Amino acid sequence: MYAVRQWSVRHARGLNAFYRAFESVLVALHPLFRAVGYERLERPVAAVERGVKGLLFDCRMCGQCILSSTGMACPMNCPKNLRNGPCGGVRADGNCEVIPDMKCVWREAVAGSARIEGGSDAIRQVQVAVDRRLQGRSSWLRVARERAAGKP
Amino acid sequence: MRFEDEPVPGYPLPILPGHTSPGRFERVLRAGQFAVTSELAPPDSADPEDVYRRARVFDGYVDAINATDGSGANCHMSSLAVCALLTRVGYAPIMQISCRDKNRIAIQGDILGGAAMGVSNLLCLTGDGVQAGDHPQATPVFDLDSMSLLETARTLRDEHHFLSGRKISFAPRVLLGAAENPFARPVEWRATRLAKKVAAGAQFIQTQYCYDVPLLKSFMEQVEGLGLLDKVFILVGVGPLRTAKAAEWIRTHVPGVHIPDAVIERLRGAKDQPLEGRKQCIEVVQEIRTLKGVHGVHLMAYRQEETVAEIIDRSGVLAGRVPWHPGRDPQSNPNRMAS
Repeated sequence: MYAVRQWSVRHARGLNAFYRAFESVLVALHPLFRAVGYERLERPVAAVERGVKGLLFDCRMCGQCILSSTGMACPMNCPKNLRNGPCGGVRADGNCEVIPDMKCVWREAVAGSARIEGGSDAIRQVQVAVDRRLQGRSSWLRVARERAAGKP
Repeated sequence: MRFEDEPVPGYPLPILPGHTSPGRFERVLRAGQFAVTSELAPPDSADPEDVYRRARVFDGYVDAINATDGSGANCHMSSLAVCALLTRVGYAPIMQISCRDKNRIAIQGDILGGAAMGVSNLLCLTGDGVQAGDHPQATPVFDLDSMSLLETARTLRDEHHFLSGRKISFAPRVLLGAAENPFARPVEWRATRLAKKVAAGAQFIQTQYCYDVPLLKSFMEQVEGLGLLDKVFILVGVGPLRTAKAAEWIRTHVPGVHIPDAVIERLRGAKDQPLEGRKQCIEVVQEIRTLKGVHGVHLMAYRQEETVAEIIDRSGVLAGRVPWHPGRDPQSNPNRMAS
């Protein structure tokens, strides 16, 4: 929902802090996830993730969440799926070239990342091309598995 | 400028030390010359002569010609094909690649194919949305974005493998470019975005149309503040406005073009509006030429390409230099081959 999504960007700092804590819990739960089986958990966890993040961020379930790097504005809501900054077509009123009634997702991202500690550095990181195979899969489980395996 | 190792048109120049491409455009930039590029509107036709005719109007005035890739999301002859035709006779094209119509498999194939055809310069773009063009019912692809496209091209060139990791036996030797729009919101973040593009591999930048020099100046100051001036060649986009009415249409219909009211008022008050538009363009060219970190001008004169020669000539930016074009050096040795 558009209004909730804008609320989330305004509260980027709090949401990011909450997510950091939540992420530690996810990583701590890795042994349990492994025991139950990541593939068995995939569908129910993805469904919860879709519900929660769908409400807060209009999440598109790309499966490789970078909300902490984009000020809690989901870049997949950009009609061009831009994950590295705004395109050159932003309108004079700051709205999207493709959807004239929507504020440019990247204007939200820049504003949101300024509210997050370290956000202004995170947004400068070049994001690699998305892996479309992860579409619809849980980012949370992926993070738990990868962090536990020592990936940054 | 003349290169003493100028080969037969259509063959690549030897790559100089510190250069990444065998291209004439990179040589002009690295030699510190003020470079001039323009844009060829690809024909709605399958006739190669339509391409050559459009290229010839730039002869002697431009260092490289951009071949657009479905610009404005309108369908035309492909950028790869236009480039292949241009390199055959020796022109230095800048092959534009947009992420709107092709996924990473097609794009990587085109980069290899373009380089094999003698393309030495790529311009990596996100592309206009399909809603802007004549086929709004088409699928917008956007598998990559301009940034990941730059990284992809750099991976092919420097690491000699596809994104999949599979090796390629001969890397595309290309100069990598990207676009930037210093005039679109969020204005304060545009220099940062440029820094990201440089980090992703951009070696030259062509900007959106500049009708607001003060805004460009503040952008260039931010670019300097980020320490980017010696890392990237910046060519500023300019173009003559034909009439006040046309300017207003462009401002409302072409994504990302910022034209201040004062510019439009000036045109409206002029007796000969097209002449005033060219004068205004020449003034912008002369003004940006003096800015620190500006290495050239990208003159886009859509549907008035014949004005390019006059604008470049009267602005004096070439300072007597005659960029290479077919037939410039009739005495060159036709038996000479690339080394």
